[in-house]
This record gives sequence, structure tokens and C-alpha cells, in this order.
Amino acid sequence: MSNSIFVIAEHLKGKIEDVTYEMLGKARELGGEVVAVLLGSGAKGLAGNFNADKVLYVDSPALADFNPEAYGKVIASLVKSHGPKMVLVGYTSQGVDIAAGLSVDCDMPLLAYANAISAGSVTSQLYGGKMNVESKLEGERFIAAVIPGAFPAEPGKGSGAPVEDVAAPDLSGLKVLFKRLIEPAGGDVDITQASVLVSVGRGIQSADNLPIVQALADKLGGALSSSRPIVDAKWLPKTRQVGKSGLKVKPKVYIAVGISGAPEHIEGMKGADCIIAINTDPKAPIFSYAHYGVTADLFDVVPALVEKL
Amino acid sequence: MNIIVPIKQVPDLVEELQVDASGKDLDREWLKYKVSEFDDHALEEALLLKEQHGGSVTAIALDGEDIDKALFAASAKGADRVIKVTGDFKGASNHTAAKALANVIKGMPYDLVLTGVQSVEDRDGQIAVLLAHYLGTPHISVVTGVEVAGGKVTVHKEYGGGVVAEFEASLPMVLGIQAARETPRYVPVSRVRQAMRDANLEEVAGDGSGVSAGSSISRMFKPETGGGAEMLSGSAQEIAGKLAAIIKSKM
Ligand SMILES: Cc1cc2nc3c(=O)[nH]c(=O)nc-3n(C[C@H](O)[C@H](O)[C@H](O)COP(=O)(O)OP(=O)(O)OC[C@H]3O[C@@H](n4cnc5c(N)ncnc54)[C@H](O)[C@@H]3O)c2cc1C
Repeated sequence: MSNSIFVIAEHLKGKIEDVTYEMLGKARELGGEVVAVLLGSGAKGLAGNFNADKVLYVDSPALADFNPEAYGKVIASLVKSHGPKMVLVGYTSQGVDIAAGLSVDCDMPLLAYANAISAGSVTSQLYGGKMNVESKLEGERFIAAVIPGAFPAEPGKGSGAPVEDVAAPDLSGLKVLFKRLIEPAGGDVDITQASVLVSVGRGIQSADNLPIVQALADKLGGALSSSRPIVDAKWLPKTRQVGKSGLKVKPKVYIAVGISGAPEHIEGMKGADCIIAINTDPKAPIFSYAHYGVTADLFDVVPALVEKL
Repeated sequence: MNIIVPIKQVPDLVEELQVDASGKDLDREWLKYKVSEFDDHALEEALLLKEQHGGSVTAIALDGEDIDKALFAASAKGADRVIKVTGDFKGASNHTAAKALANVIKGMPYDLVLTGVQSVEDRDGQIAVLLAHYLGTPHISVVTGVEVAGGKVTVHKEYGGGVVAEFEASLPMVLGIQAARETPRYVPVSRVRQAMRDANLEEVAGDGSGVSAGSSISRMFKPETGGGAEMLSGSAQEIAGKLAAIIKSKM
């Protein structure tokens, strides 16, 4: 085992994702040699502002875009040959396809949904953000799948580090092939530009009730956004979804109506200047992130609010 | 097309969660359980694929809280076979659970394994990808679209901002389903009851030994709620008045 901490760098459309810097910063704090692992094709330059001691860079046309199979193989072979004590992977769409496979292939324990990490223990945010679970590691080595936004990004930025080119293992005969990226359809309201967002969740119960919250958005000259289940049910278009797999928003005022505050939702809105939550459940995790909270039925409070404004 | 759908029961988060006397687990005595919502999406997608292409859907679950009911509900929705893997899986890690599922599934013919992208209890990683690695098949997770044609599968994997990556892969493979193309179907209790009488719940002895999470829970605790939030109280009218003032001052 070496004393190094691997940070698996994540990029999409030629841009490093913030979670990479967040993990690099955390790795620095934990101590030991910080090694960023970057895979891509002609993507070496992306490591230019990493705060790391070393960058391992693997270049191959097969790695140009994320591919669960190819990335999994390459990262497992690097972990096997270098034996880092810790591996930090984002709990992101890409990271979900990397972390568990690495755990099996390299026989290293994995802790998911990590929001706090120290030498022998990791805290996972479980039950939709309603419980924190601290785990004790049996050995020293482990992998943590880190929730985006759990740590600050700034400490992970620096002036780059020496890049070591590593030859890609044999990537012929892949069973999974990347075809293309599909951008979401445009033409709808841009919720990332709205200064007031009224955001609706499953508490609204039915599409028929949407006018109640739309009225509030209209009154405030804002836009209506939502949690994911509202979009999955096709009550609102994808362009209105806030969160991990939706959009990141930073309005002046964010009013969460009947949204529980699952970590995947929080990822998208915790940067708002003023967060107001209306929820019948006093224990809803959204209240941990809100500046103002109301434990009440949205069907009582929202119409009353529209009238007062 | 043979599709296997591992499902599991998880605590219903609508209930208030409490930590038990050990300080390391939920107080499960009064907990209500429900099928993990993403497993429900996986089952729906599997049923839609079967309706399109023929074949069979098998729902499989490790023994656990209310699991018979969950499997009978899957049967009522249209699963052709429902299998309960018996054994002591109480408190089992996801590594152990995935290994036990893999041991049963590897003896069955399958083209696709569809299961939920995650559950609220995945302390040591998500089942879909663990399972794929124990089975030695490729995987894609966070899937929002599956199309099968000519022995190949086209898969949509979702990133942030609604951006989707399209992959083409050969079968068999394991997919972690984020969302089915339709809202998961609902079956009335009467049909579930009927399935309880008519469906054949198969039982297979299972074993997930030989692997471990490599960690154990040392403490479970509630995050501080309302730590930073100023809670407003009063009648709906009073609250609305306070909110209106706050909102106006922040805009
Ligand atoms: C990979 C991945 C990506 C994801 N990406 C996203 C994402 O981008 N965005 C996102 O939002 N989710 C995302 N999710 C889903 C996320 O895990 C949660 O399932 C989702 O955020 C829950 O939405 P909700 O809060 O509307 O519903 P619920 O969790 O069901 O909460 C509904 C809330 O409404 C309250 N309520 C009920 N009735 C009333 C009433 N009358 N008045 C007031 N309150 C009421 C309840 O107390 C409850 O708190 C993702 C999940 C995965 C696995």
C-alpha cells in the first residue's frame, strides 16, 4: 500500500466538474500524496489548475468520452498497480458506474453517499438525507463516493502538478460503446436565469394542482421549477428540473413547496441566496438548508401567500 | 428476451425515522416498508420491453421485510416469475446482497438485468454495478432509456443538466435504472391479493458469503434539521403575511 490518495477527475464536454476540485481539496486536508487520475483523449490540459502532487494521465481515443467499461478497466488497473490508500470518486452519474466496480475488482471497501471523510471513518448520508451513518473501516484502504457539494471547491484549485503519462491497457473488444451526447431540448423558460423560483415537489400530489404554485410564481414574476419526480411524471418539462440530474440554480429567492430535500435535489439549489421551504413534515431535510421554514400544508399557505403579495 | 429484475424493500421515508437503542441502526419495529422507488422504475421498464419484444420478466428479491408482498405485487403487474432468495440477509451489506443475487442469477438465462440506480440504504455502494461485477457482465447506470434491436441495446445514461449520453452495447448486461419511460404502473390491492392466491412464489436458497463491505456502522444520527432555518408559525394567514414580507425584502 502506498500513502497516496487517488482522486478520480471527472469531466464532461471539455470541462472539469466541480466535484473534482472538491475532492482534491479534501484529499489535501487528509494528508499524503494527492494523485489526480485523469482519463481522456487529448485532455491533458484539463489538469492545469489541479491542486495535486501528481497527475496520472491516460490517453486513448476510447477514453475521449466517459464509458463505464473502458473507464472502469483503466482505473482498476491504475489502482492495482499503484495501491493508493484511498480513492475518492464523485457520487455522480459517472462515479456511480466507477466506484462499485472498483470495490469488487480491487477488493477495497466502498462507502457511498460520503459527506465526511477522515482516516478510519466515513459518514454517508442515507435515507434521502434523513440520517447520517458513520462507518468504521476494518482496514486502512477504502474508496469513498463523495456527494457533490459536500466540500468546498476552492482548496482543490492550484497551479497544476507534474503529469505522468500512463499507457492505456488494451481497450479493444469493448462491449459498451459511446455513441453521442444528446443535449436537452431548449425553447423553455431558463430557470437558471430566474431571480425567483417557486419549486414544486411531490407534495403537490397531482398535475391538476400545479396552477396553485404557478400562480405564486406569476405573482412574484418568477419561474416554476420542480424536483425530479414531477418531471418523471411528465407534469413539467425536463428544463424545469432542479438538482443532480437537472439544473443548478442560484436565484435570489428559492421557494421549495412540498419538496423533501433529498441530497440529489439539494445539490442543485443550495447556493440560492434565500431558501424558503414549505413542508408538512417538520423533519424534512429541506429545513436543514432553508433560511426560512414553514411546517404547514401547501394547499393552505400558498393560496394565502398569493393573496398577501 | 429474458429480463431479471432484482427488487428490494426499503423504509418508507414518509414515516419518521428513529435511531434504535444500539445507536447503529434504525428503530425498525414500527417502520413501514415499500419497494425502492427506482426498483419500481426498473420493473416498469422491464415490463414495457417485454410488451414490445416478448420474452419474460422475472422479479427476484432477497428474503426480508414484507418481501412476499412486494414480489406478489410484481407478479400482479405482469412479472412471469417471482423468486425469493431465502437465507439470513438481515442487515446484510450490499456487497453480500449483490453476491447472493449474482449466485442465483448466473444460473439463469438472461439478456438484461434491470434494477434501481440506487436505494436510500446503499451504504456500501449501489447494487446494479456490484452485481454486474460479480456476474462479470458490463453495466451502465443512471439509465433513462433502453431500446433493444438486433441483439444490441441502445442505452441512455443521464448526466447533470439533462444531458444524456447514448451508448450501444451487446447483451447480456446490467442496467441501473433511474427512470422508466412511463410512470410505473399501479395495481389495485385486489389484484395483489389475487396474485397471493394464484402466483407461484418460487424459493431458492441463497448465499452471499465470501465477500464483505469491509466496514461496519459505528454510529447513526439525524442531521440537524432546521439548524439554520428560522421557522415561522401561526395561522396560514399569519404565515403568509410573514412570508410575503420576507420575500419582498429579498427580491
Ligand atoms: C442519480 C439520481 C439523480 C437524481 N437527480 C435528481 C434531481 O436532479 N432533482 C431532484 O429533485 N431529484 C433527483 N433525484 C431524486 C431524489 O432522490 C428524490 O427522489 C427527489 O428529489 C424527491 O422529490 P420530492 O422531494 O418532490 O418528493 P418526496 O421526497 O416524495 O417529498 C415530498 C415532500 O412533500 C411533503 N408534502 C406532502 N404533502 C404536502 C403538503 N400538502 N404540503 C406541504 N408539503 C407536503 C412531504 O412531507 C415530503 O417531504 C435523483 C435521484 C437519483 C438516483
